[in-house]
Amino acid sequence: MLLASSPFNEIRLDKMSRAFGSHNALKDVSLSIRKGEFIALLGPSGCGKSTALNCIAGLLSTTGGGIFIDDKRIDTLKPEDRGFGMVFQNYALFPHMTVRQNIGFGLKMRRVPKAEAEKRVEEALNLVRLQGQGHKLPGQLSGGQQQRVAIARAIVIEPPLVLMDEPLSNLDAKLRLEMRAEIRRIHNQLGATTIYVTHDQDEALSLADRVVVLRDGEIRQVGVPSDLYERPDHLDVAEFMGYRNRLTGKVVAIDGDKTSIAVGASTLSGIARDTLKVGDSAVVAARADDVVAGTKSATTVEAVVETIEYRGREFVGTARTAEGLELVFHAPQTAALGSAIWLSVDPARALAFAA
Amino acid sequence: MTSVTSAPLDNHLSLRQRLALRGIDGVTLLVLPAVIFLLAVFIYPFVYGLILSFEPKEGGMFANYQKFFSDPFLYDTILTTLWLAVPVTLISIAIALPVAFRVRLMTHQRLLTTILVLPVTLGTVLVAEGLLNYLGPQGWFSRTLMLIGLIDSPVKLTNNYWGVFASLIITGFPFTFLLTLSYVSGIDPALEQAAATHGAKSWQRFRYVMWPLLVPGLAIAFCLSFVQAFAVFPSAVLLGAPAGPTRVISIAAYQAAFEQYDYSMASAIAMIMAAVQLLIVVALLSIRNLFYRGSTAGGKG
Repeated sequence: MLLASSPFNEIRLDKMSRAFGSHNALKDVSLSIRKGEFIALLGPSGCGKSTALNCIAGLLSTTGGGIFIDDKRIDTLKPEDRGFGMVFQNYALFPHMTVRQNIGFGLKMRRVPKAEAEKRVEEALNLVRLQGQGHKLPGQLSGGQQQRVAIARAIVIEPPLVLMDEPLSNLDAKLRLEMRAEIRRIHNQLGATTIYVTHDQDEALSLADRVVVLRDGEIRQVGVPSDLYERPDHLDVAEFMGYRNRLTGKVVAIDGDKTSIAVGASTLSGIARDTLKVGDSAVVAARADDVVAGTKSATTVEAVVETIEYRGREFVGTARTAEGLELVFHAPQTAALGSAIWLSVDPARALAFAA
Repeated sequence: MTSVTSAPLDNHLSLRQRLALRGIDGVTLLVLPAVIFLLAVFIYPFVYGLILSFEPKEGGMFANYQKFFSDPFLYDTILTTLWLAVPVTLISIAIALPVAFRVRLMTHQRLLTTILVLPVTLGTVLVAEGLLNYLGPQGWFSRTLMLIGLIDSPVKLTNNYWGVFASLIITGFPFTFLLTLSYVSGIDPALEQAAATHGAKSWQRFRYVMWPLLVPGLAIAFCLSFVQAFAVFPSAVLLGAPAGPTRVISIAAYQAAFEQYDYSMASAIAMIMAAVQLLIVVALLSIRNLFYRGSTAGGKG
């Protein structure tokens, strides 16, 4: 195997910060990335994830903290001296160069001997499955193929770190799924350490070994995908991970992790993610698929159906409670608009946060 | 066998529809004033001049052209003009390019652009007057240099080649700069970033990414600036040595027309001038065709 990544143990962000005037786009971001890890930086737009990536790449200078590869400080280096590979959102392929020249660009800049460079370019072309397209100009390729070229261009230089800035956001839904699998496959094959920026939680969860959730320039939570999905630390992370239903009430009973919360006339329960005591006001957060239409009981919430959609195996709808709260729910059969339904919240999967 | 009769399908589109299919509609008529204007002020005088140039005062059809190319006092004007126009254009672009590279990254681009473009509004004659005052033997330029002891006698910078040269740069630069700036800022900044992250130093980024993408635009900028400089007349008279080193081709045409009253000869000189410009422009554009001329964006989005 010619393509491999250079030897090092970890990449460390140490209180990396970036301010634009008085606005802090990044605040003390610290993170340690092991060799071979696939890290996703996830967050809504404006959370600082692209700023973080550009700082790591050297396209933006940091205003505080440091970036280290093992013990070597690199945040003082120019982007061309860091030796990373980068995949841009709009691909940023050189339009006047052929696919082969684009991929070989980094090797040419490094003055890799021609024969070796050609061999590596050919191998990269095979890896991204673009055999026989090497002579074309980027303009003659489809969006997905262009992104493959961009990926090949980034990995052919065998960088210690590959940076990807929302690489799939310009592709259509079907292609996005295909390329996602492709990126995962390439990562499994090469094991190149990767930082992947995205606002799409599905992408982050399916690709990454660890997900870093950013909000307002700060790290909110770092964890493996299943941790983030099932046990978000904060309400805002939970919301971002698909806990769309939020019911506010008062804690009435605590039994280990299991917290019972009185919401209106009903009592719901969930797993506590914050320290709560009886009498505190709290929020029950639940995913749409954990809120199911059922029969009236002490643990169900009454609501009026506002919309209902057919989703194949089941129905998904929105309903409004007497307090005016909108809930998203799943139902085995359709329900008439404007009719009252009883919604139960799965106590094993709902979470309780301090309000 | 029963025959089904239906109303015959009308395959004939109306004239309006047929014209619309070819892209001709009411709006197309708005082009007419421009066409008439072009015919009146460009095509007609050109054809008139061309015909006039073949009707010399004396001799055969080509007598004017034979005269021009047999008299060094006349044919040397081509070289004299080229010797001004080509360096002026090249130097303008060479100055405009780095400035444009810097200006494209600036936030207060408009202010700087305005300052740089001001000379356009001054007019050739004002610039010429100014240069005569400042660069002349008694101007501050020479006097300052003498004061600080760099030179003993005034440097001669007016009424020769350099006076015209400076004037042409000053009046031509803003135009060249604006064109260059538009080409430079048309290149997706992500391309330079991509080049940098993949290891290209600033010189390599320019050499391998920016320059190849800029050449087609710069060729156009060169053509337009060159044509402007080639037609130099007022500054060649006011700041130059119109009898000698800056006897440019338009002076020759002017003298033929208004000193010798030989309009036919003047037309012939004008035609030769046009031919020289055309030759250079065509040569440049064909070189331009060798380069990539497509989009300078890095991809979608």
